[in-house]
Amino acid sequence: MAYVAPEDSYKQKIAQLEADELLRISGTKRAWLEFRRNRFALVGTAFIIFIAFMGAFAPIVSTHDPYKQSLRKRMKPPTTEHWMGTDELGRDVYSRLVYGARISLFVGIVGTTVGVICGTIVGLISGFFGGWVDTLVMRVIDIMYAFPGIVLAILIISVLGPSLINLIIVLAIYAIPTLSRIVRGNVLSLKEQDYVQAAQALGAGRLRIMYLHLLPNTMAPIIVYATLGVAFAILTTAALGFLGLGVQPPQAEWGNMLSNGRQYLRKAPLLMIFPGALISMTVISINLIGDALRDALDPYIQS
Amino acid sequence: MQKYIIRRLLLAIPTIVGAITLVWFAMQLAPGDPALMFVPPDYQGEDAAAYLEKINEKYGFNDPLPLQYARYMRNTLGFDFGTSLRTMRPVSEDLVRRVPNSVRLGVAAFLLAAAMGISLGVLAAIKRGTWVDSALMVFALVGVSMPSFWFAYVLILLFGLYIPILPPSGLGGVKHMILPTIVLGYGSAGSLTRYVRSSMLEVINQDFVRTARSKGVSERNVLIKHALRNGLLPVVNVLGINLAFILAGSIIVESVFAWPGVGLYLFDGVQGRDFPVVQGACLLIAASVVLVNLLTDVMLVLVDPRIRFE
Repeated sequence: MAYVAPEDSYKQKIAQLEADELLRISGTKRAWLEFRRNRFALVGTAFIIFIAFMGAFAPIVSTHDPYKQSLRKRMKPPTTEHWMGTDELGRDVYSRLVYGARISLFVGIVGTTVGVICGTIVGLISGFFGGWVDTLVMRVIDIMYAFPGIVLAILIISVLGPSLINLIIVLAIYAIPTLSRIVRGNVLSLKEQDYVQAAQALGAGRLRIMYLHLLPNTMAPIIVYATLGVAFAILTTAALGFLGLGVQPPQAEWGNMLSNGRQYLRKAPLLMIFPGALISMTVISINLIGDALRDALDPYIQS
Repeated sequence: MQKYIIRRLLLAIPTIVGAITLVWFAMQLAPGDPALMFVPPDYQGEDAAAYLEKINEKYGFNDPLPLQYARYMRNTLGFDFGTSLRTMRPVSEDLVRRVPNSVRLGVAAFLLAAAMGISLGVLAAIKRGTWVDSALMVFALVGVSMPSFWFAYVLILLFGLYIPILPPSGLGGVKHMILPTIVLGYGSAGSLTRYVRSSMLEVINQDFVRTARSKGVSERNVLIKHALRNGLLPVVNVLGINLAFILAGSIIVESVFAWPGVGLYLFDGVQGRDFPVVQGACLLIAASVVLVNLLTDVMLVLVDPRIRFE
């Protein structure tokens, strides 16, 4: 047996401990460290937190009642009293944007979350069970893909009528096909892995395998696409607002504010510029976060 | 290869039938009587009741559901979407008249998006990590993130009102097409640029590219003969998806620019609560998407020999 100096074995132990430590933080924590290194993503996160804060504390942060009309002060340019001017009914644009943040973020996040949950369940079942279930699900999803972007939303809302709940339903339905395809693809390759086979051999039930083995291992793409989905949901909400199928006036929502503003393009272009810029900045921020999450969570893109 | 194309063609049929079924299902979801959706909104009281009778008789909303479904399927497959509630003209005739305008705008936007997306994406991949890459990625991200109608109005404001060099709306010569094409194309170009870049980066790191370099092939040839060919294969697929999204995006863009295509028709239908128009236009878009996907798959077989042998 080779002689090991006590000092060396001590160093070896430290190195071993450090390696263990690194192994232990590899998962979520390493992804977080990776995410934190991305400056764009941090700016995006800060902006979204700022918008969420504005929405959450709208009554405190706003300077005026967002619904109070004042016909004498219609379409005024920004002043110290009205930071972003007033709209066609003399309402304070800044306060309306602050209250609109509530709706836009809320609808986007809730709609996408519901859709992501449904899509994940559908994808898990379809990928894991295979056979005719899988064929059926994939055919239905192919059909849903035939109605790209806003088309399905227009169709459903023109039947159901515009309302907040229907808007959320439509956004959820939109997220389902993409999510179930991604989850299914992942499950198809995961279920051939040894640990899933082992669990099966040990007699684990289908639900247990899906929940404990398949779901956690396909979480990364789900998180990424959920984030990007919120960005798309906000854009869709705005587009539906433009079509008059979204959140109905007088409720303050960015999309319908933008849609209102277009009628006064000549006289008061700022009425349209402000909400549009806010939507763009919010969507850019969410996309930056989504991109960073993809880089941080996807081991294949890491270099 | 022929077998693959035929199989793919046969698969498109159930998708179209499914799309029609989906629209039919959506109609059944209508709160109350689906027949109400076929009554013009300005009909009130007695008028509406009398009209409802007529609708029920014509579309057979009192018949058993399977019968209704069969009739709906037959009519739709026969390109009969009913008549517009506002103009009383057959929807299919209106659609046929408007398709050429939409195709013109869609093709122009698609070409712009493809040219911009591929060239900028390749450029960003070559210059990865430099300021050129960052600038292009920001440019692409902004394209993906802006609401298209907002961008459209900003352009109208700039080039139609402040520096009036372009017509702000309407159908006309090439000048009328510039703004809508830019709006419709830029959004797609953004997502395409991002995709092309990542696809190229994947290829650039692969062994055969390294081998080519180590053989002493010039950087130019490595790029054109080895990287580009392989990097752009998956892009064909995405081009198809992009065309589908251009179809969807045209609803908004055509409305803003008063471009008399299928998109504006759908927009007017939505505004006027004209359900036959809405369903007809949606179904036409769905059918075009299925067709585009079919063409994309056939294109893929032609350009990628690997698929042929599967």
